[in-house]
Amino acid sequence: MMSYLIRRIAYGALVLLGVNLATFILFFTINTPDDMARLNIGTKRVNQEVINKWKAERGYDKPLYLNPKRDGSERYTDTIFWERSVSLFTLNFGRADSESAGNIGAEVATRMWVSIQMALPLFILQVIASTAFALLLVMFRNTRLDFWGVVACVLMLSISSLFYIIVGQFLFSRVLKLAPISGYAPGLDAVKFLVLPILLSLVARLGTEARLYRAMFLEESGKDYVRTARAKGLAEMVVLYRHVLRNALIPIITSAGSYLPYVFLGSLVFESFFGLPGLGAYVIEAIGKQDFAIVRTMVFLGSLLYITTYVFIDIAYTWADPRVRLS
Amino acid sequence: MRSDDASMRERAAGWWLLSARRWLAGAALLGLAACNNNPFADNAASTDTLFSAVVENSPRHLDPTASYWSNDTPYTYQIYEPLYGYHYLKRPFKLVPKTATDVVKPIYFDKDGKLLPADAPADLVAESVYEVRIKQGILFQPHAAFAKDEQGRYRYHAMKPGDLGSRRRPGDFEFSGTRELVADDFVYAVRRHATTRITTPIYGIFSEYIVGLDSYGALIKAEDAKLRAGLDPASQDKPFLDFRKWPLAGATAPEKYLLRLRIKGKYPQWSYWMQMTFLAPVPWEADAFYAQPGMAQIGLTLDMWPVGTGPYMMTEFVKDRYHVMKRNPNYRGEPYPCEGMPGDKEAGLLADCGKPTPFIDTLYSTVEREALPRRGKFRQGYYDVEVFERPDTGMDYRVDMQDSEQVRNDYLAKGFKLSQSSDVNSYFIAFNMLDPTIGTGKTAEESERNGKLRQAITMAIDWDEYSKVFPRKAGATAMSLLPAGIEGSREGTPEGLNPVTHRVVDGKVVRRSIDDAKKLMAEAGYPNGRDAKTGRPLVINYDFYAPPTPERKPEIDWVVRQFAKIDIQLEVRATENSQFQDKVRKGTYQVFWLGWNADYPDAENFLFLFYGPNGKTKFDGENTSNFADPEYDRLFKQLKTLDDGPQKQAVIDEMMAILRKQAPLSFGFFPYTSVAVQSWVSNSKSAILVRDQGRYLRLDVPQRLAKQHEWNRQVWWPLALGIAALAFLVFLGMRSLRRRERMNARGEIIAA
Repeated sequence: MMSYLIRRIAYGALVLLGVNLATFILFFTINTPDDMARLNIGTKRVNQEVINKWKAERGYDKPLYLNPKRDGSERYTDTIFWERSVSLFTLNFGRADSESAGNIGAEVATRMWVSIQMALPLFILQVIASTAFALLLVMFRNTRLDFWGVVACVLMLSISSLFYIIVGQFLFSRVLKLAPISGYAPGLDAVKFLVLPILLSLVARLGTEARLYRAMFLEESGKDYVRTARAKGLAEMVVLYRHVLRNALIPIITSAGSYLPYVFLGSLVFESFFGLPGLGAYVIEAIGKQDFAIVRTMVFLGSLLYITTYVFIDIAYTWADPRVRLS
Repeated sequence: MRSDDASMRERAAGWWLLSARRWLAGAALLGLAACNNNPFADNAASTDTLFSAVVENSPRHLDPTASYWSNDTPYTYQIYEPLYGYHYLKRPFKLVPKTATDVVKPIYFDKDGKLLPADAPADLVAESVYEVRIKQGILFQPHAAFAKDEQGRYRYHAMKPGDLGSRRRPGDFEFSGTRELVADDFVYAVRRHATTRITTPIYGIFSEYIVGLDSYGALIKAEDAKLRAGLDPASQDKPFLDFRKWPLAGATAPEKYLLRLRIKGKYPQWSYWMQMTFLAPVPWEADAFYAQPGMAQIGLTLDMWPVGTGPYMMTEFVKDRYHVMKRNPNYRGEPYPCEGMPGDKEAGLLADCGKPTPFIDTLYSTVEREALPRRGKFRQGYYDVEVFERPDTGMDYRVDMQDSEQVRNDYLAKGFKLSQSSDVNSYFIAFNMLDPTIGTGKTAEESERNGKLRQAITMAIDWDEYSKVFPRKAGATAMSLLPAGIEGSREGTPEGLNPVTHRVVDGKVVRRSIDDAKKLMAEAGYPNGRDAKTGRPLVINYDFYAPPTPERKPEIDWVVRQFAKIDIQLEVRATENSQFQDKVRKGTYQVFWLGWNADYPDAENFLFLFYGPNGKTKFDGENTSNFADPEYDRLFKQLKTLDDGPQKQAVIDEMMAILRKQAPLSFGFFPYTSVAVQSWVSNSKSAILVRDQGRYLRLDVPQRLAKQHEWNRQVWWPLALGIAALAFLVFLGMRSLRRRERMNARGEIIAA
């Protein structure tokens, strides 16, 4: 298993390198440092001198990949690529492009906790609610409850999350006046602002997840060992919760695990609409400000978290099913 | 023994269970009680705090040398005090002294240094000198940069790396101090425009006018290079660039309270620059303080924590979330104005005449990116002013009121204040005059032909229709480049009629017909929208500065329809702004949309948009249409040096006639200003140029509390009903499950 993990991590590093290189080429080919400067400074009374100063402040006045004016290793290290891209591997994210946007690393470290505040309870509740709802449908399979439950799932997954947000904000904030329309406060006060986005996000994803889990549980519940359990006279609840659920864990781990990076990265839409200052909102703000340093960093972090998550998912397989051998 | 233990354990478990249930029930009750839609702390509304939103992001720059973005102004103009300001109520805008004792007239000198009379012709004037006296006794806000110990040494000017500890804002320092404002602080601020450390958007224009600033920039560059020799160029820690060491001829302080500014030639518009924060005083102590190790990296800079003499000071800066400005305890309390415009008294705008300002203790600005939550909070009464820095937010509410009687009654009942007037900015569609099809052309024949084509287009674009179709962005249709309220504007007068696009019929101004435009098209060589020689349809590109999002698409389509009226096929090339700017630099664009927010209320600040040497493609100036006309350029040079009066009016009229005839643009509209304000906020009068409105506003806190309570009573029954329905469903499910468990394959219940 150890050699497998080392191999996976090595592959992961290569993927990360590739993503980083691709992102760098994409951003710097489409937008030259001059374009970035113009985007950030604005267009009113901007001349080349102002642009040059902006670039120099951020080290964008250097060559992209190779600095012919330098000797030795500095030919490669005194370049934009090295300073703004390779440095990401040391988790040195540098300075944001937009004015007074500050240190990206410090901002990520602060905002990550807001994202976690929303995404971690959501993640746990999501797994519990989706599993429970799917098991309920399986328990009443081939009944009207199952039929209408599946119809509800299809309806829920067909509706855009924006609809949930707009309707939710209208209903709970404007009509019932029970939750703030948006905002955030630190500490325990955060609960007041997190309940509605968590609830709506839960409903928005419930249809997709529950329908997937239901299919997995149904497949599992047709197997011989389930029939044997029922033949033994075990109650349906026991059969489902103790046997079917446990054996259907692998696809659930895969599906739920793929959501793990968002626990840290946050939700772009929900954070933005509810005014939560998490990493999701940070990306939206960066896109709005055309701050590519932040966007590149978040793409890098996203890749890193995905790779890490999938390594953990592999390990979790061996816990969920001892027959799984990583090799 | 064992059974006693077990029973004790059971009793203990029971107690814990009961206790836990009580706690849970208590917490649930508390939680429910705390359930309300108030986005602020529960007692916030009872404090003398003005709540409002700012759109998009935190300010980019609060450093007065660098700040040149509208999102900065809600802070910079409350914190800094330039020499002058605009009268809060009077229109057209009138300069009044702020830190200066008076609005001064310049003294003119010829090239030999001889004094000239005040009405000397511009060509004789080699230098204009502004001698501005500063009010005595003005104090800077309390700040750690001024803190001194018992020996009179600055407490925080010699900090070593690591000394900062956990301090993240000036308020975290144990000691603070202040000092009196002197003329040298203005001198320092002017010199600072030559800095190499930060973005200086106005250095270019200032170095054209301030004596010696151009060469001063080169000097500072060299001195800065010496200071930073051997240091890491990428490091945010930079040694203190002390501008006191290097004198600048154009800005001096001959006396403690006397500022002397020397301007090249005659430039009457300079007075307007003196009301902008570019000329706000900067204490050298602030620069010295913020240059210390580790400060820039954690945002302890003038860009986030300004130091001013104004009515407010920044106390909380939580980036992209909220910003709090509190009353500056050292502010001297400038009185509220006693004069205004007709109707101001009736509107209650003079009720606070002579009272010391500011009235409000705290200004709390929340960054709101999405319009829906922002408007929702205003309707709920949680924002006193919807958006502090934008004078157009009321238009949405006005349109809503026109659309629905119910909404209208609701807004009237709530007493929203939604006044409407025209502002001093302008939107228009213009043409790239370097383009062979639509531009000036190379020959006289081409020039005439293309001119007629442009005139035909300006006739076809119906801006009245635009305001009807897009009422939220509506404005007064423009007949010229100058909005009403700018000296020299003839908008709304018979002389202000644009004869190319409009005519008078039965005493009414009407737009010329499409037939007239088509006739011009035929004269231009495009009968029925086809080239008379080749028979090919005329296709023109509309180079739009932003992607065609669903919000923008209707407006783009509307422009396409305007061109289609005269059979021109408009090809939309909507790109990101960077790509549009690239096209502008290369000159490969034809028709474009442009908006201009005036820097100051002078005709020069509008007419320079078509001055030849300002051409964007060739000279990287602000003339995006690359219009160049020798007569227009000659008149513009003359205009720049003229004081307001008949001579200036005549020049403006001539320039406007050239623009109408040559038609490098279709005069669009001057957008309406309308700020959404709650009934408990007094003294609100919106204008895009007046940015220091914070100190004039007043709150009726008890009324706000009462209204918020009345508008936001919680409604519980639908939630209770929903929970009951869910419980009933669970009950049904459980019962059904139990039945199934007791059922055999034939559906018979086999056990009790």
